[in-house]
Amino acid sequence: MSRIPLPYNPKVMDLFRNPKNLGKMDDATVVAVAGNPACGDMITFYLKINDQEVIEKASFESYGCAANIATSSIVTEMIKGMTLEAAWKDITWKKVTEEIGGLPSVKFHCGVLAVGALKRAIRQYYAQRGVEAPAWLSKEHTFEEKQALEEEELARTLSKRMKPEAER
Amino acid sequence: MVENVKELLKLHEGITHEVYLDNENSTIVPQEVVDAMLPYYNKKAYGNPSLTHKPGWEAFEVIMGCFSKISHFIGAKNLEEITFTPSETEANNLAIMGSCFAQKAKGKKIVISEIEPINVLQTAEMMGKFGFSTQKIPVNAEGFINLEKLKEAIDKETILVSIATVNNEIGTIQPIKEAVDIVKAKNPQVLFHTDASDAYGRIPLNVRNLGVDLATVSSYKIQGPRGMGAMYLREGINLERILEGQIGTQKLWPGVENTPLIVGFTRASELAFSDFEGNIAKMRRLRDKLVDGIFAELSDLRFNGPKGDKRSPDNANISILRAEGEALTIELSLKGVYVSSGSACSRRLLQPSHVLVAIGRVFEEAHGSLLMKTTRSHTEEDIAYVLEVLPTAVNRIRGIVGSTGVH
Repeated sequence: MSRIPLPYNPKVMDLFRNPKNLGKMDDATVVAVAGNPACGDMITFYLKINDQEVIEKASFESYGCAANIATSSIVTEMIKGMTLEAAWKDITWKKVTEEIGGLPSVKFHCGVLAVGALKRAIRQYYAQRGVEAPAWLSKEHTFEEKQALEEEELARTLSKRMKPEAER
Repeated sequence: MVENVKELLKLHEGITHEVYLDNENSTIVPQEVVDAMLPYYNKKAYGNPSLTHKPGWEAFEVIMGCFSKISHFIGAKNLEEITFTPSETEANNLAIMGSCFAQKAKGKKIVISEIEPINVLQTAEMMGKFGFSTQKIPVNAEGFINLEKLKEAIDKETILVSIATVNNEIGTIQPIKEAVDIVKAKNPQVLFHTDASDAYGRIPLNVRNLGVDLATVSSYKIQGPRGMGAMYLREGINLERILEGQIGTQKLWPGVENTPLIVGFTRASELAFSDFEGNIAKMRRLRDKLVDGIFAELSDLRFNGPKGDKRSPDNANISILRAEGEALTIELSLKGVYVSSGSACSRRLLQPSHVLVAIGRVFEEAHGSLLMKTTRSHTEEDIAYVLEVLPTAVNRIRGIVGSTGVH
């Protein structure tokens, strides 16, 4: 049972109660997902990117706790109007955590997952267009992307461990 | 951190109706119980019951009365079979560790079910440090133990079986008498312990009829004060103490007896048993109204645990798909409805409820589960209020989820 009395700050609570940029975007340029419902933690980002590689609009959907919802929402706020390059370089999970006024340490991974989803979206944008990725886009996965992968891998392991009906 | 909590509490200002359904984790103690306890702090019987003066003798008299009442309520033969402990956690620790240490010459194997409460599960596993091994018996989709597997598990090495009478999360009422008969037929030396914390006051419970050697009951699980529980140990069975200190009225638990809490637990028990049939009928009626109401308003739900008379009358456990439990508990709290969840979301990739996983729920179903327990103190209006706000809360959280994770 989840019993730790998570002392969310007012900003997290405000974004949990009134999330900004919530919902599916029909004309999104890229859609990226990170996390897995098996881990109780999953985010979808929708980005509308123009020809100058500026993020015109961003929205999200989130399966997760209050921190997950709030960090996803604040990322969409932070990246609006940014170039992909600036978003790639400037948005880190630490910055997101700072922007939201801090998170309980057990919730740091929510910010990590949100940024992981964002970086995935940016990577996907170039892959989707079939153009060569710019030099600033590291070939190596970023810390946040690696964490997202790790969580998804764990979700698969957890699902495998669930026992089939016959064994019960 | 405390500042944040102050702000969180401010968000609850203006709530018109509050319904506390998290009776798994703590409870509201009725005023009648509190009133019964208070005189024992400073008006009477405030002495140590083992000492030779009036306040001590007063305390002795009161505590003996409580021993006697609790032993009567659980069907024990005499009051020496009861040990008061600071909660069911300590009682379960005493039962498991105390039996293992006392029986170690006979064998080193403990058998429990997969869905035992954490204080049984982890205590049994901890005994590994002392050379004991633990085998876990699987349960079916409704949480009933597999009696065949239980029978197979009992061997010459087995010294202790511990299976809860009622599961604390999904309300499954186990066939304890049958399990005891199976175990004793195979190896009469095995001690049988049952954590009856969720059975006491909810279903008829008689330790002698069940044939168990040890049992645990808990105060806060029957609207008594926290900080009090009791362990039953059948007359003639040897147990080792797990704590050392000054021995008073009970040889298995050292320290000065906590008279007010013992009185509170006993008073709460009296209230639970004064109209036992009426109380459980009320819990059941309100629980059914709650569950039926939720299923009438929402789709994509899973009911966890058995239905009908094999389920504890107070327990409702529902998985709400496409919603995450922690977010739901917060959303409901802001509306004055207090519940808990089997969600794993308080740390990175923490395991969700082991009980829900053991009955075959997938992780998403466990993350979206809500646990609610009714008491005789709830009213029809309480349940109506929950049914008024819960669907809206679920729909808002599902709205945030949108199409995420829908496959």
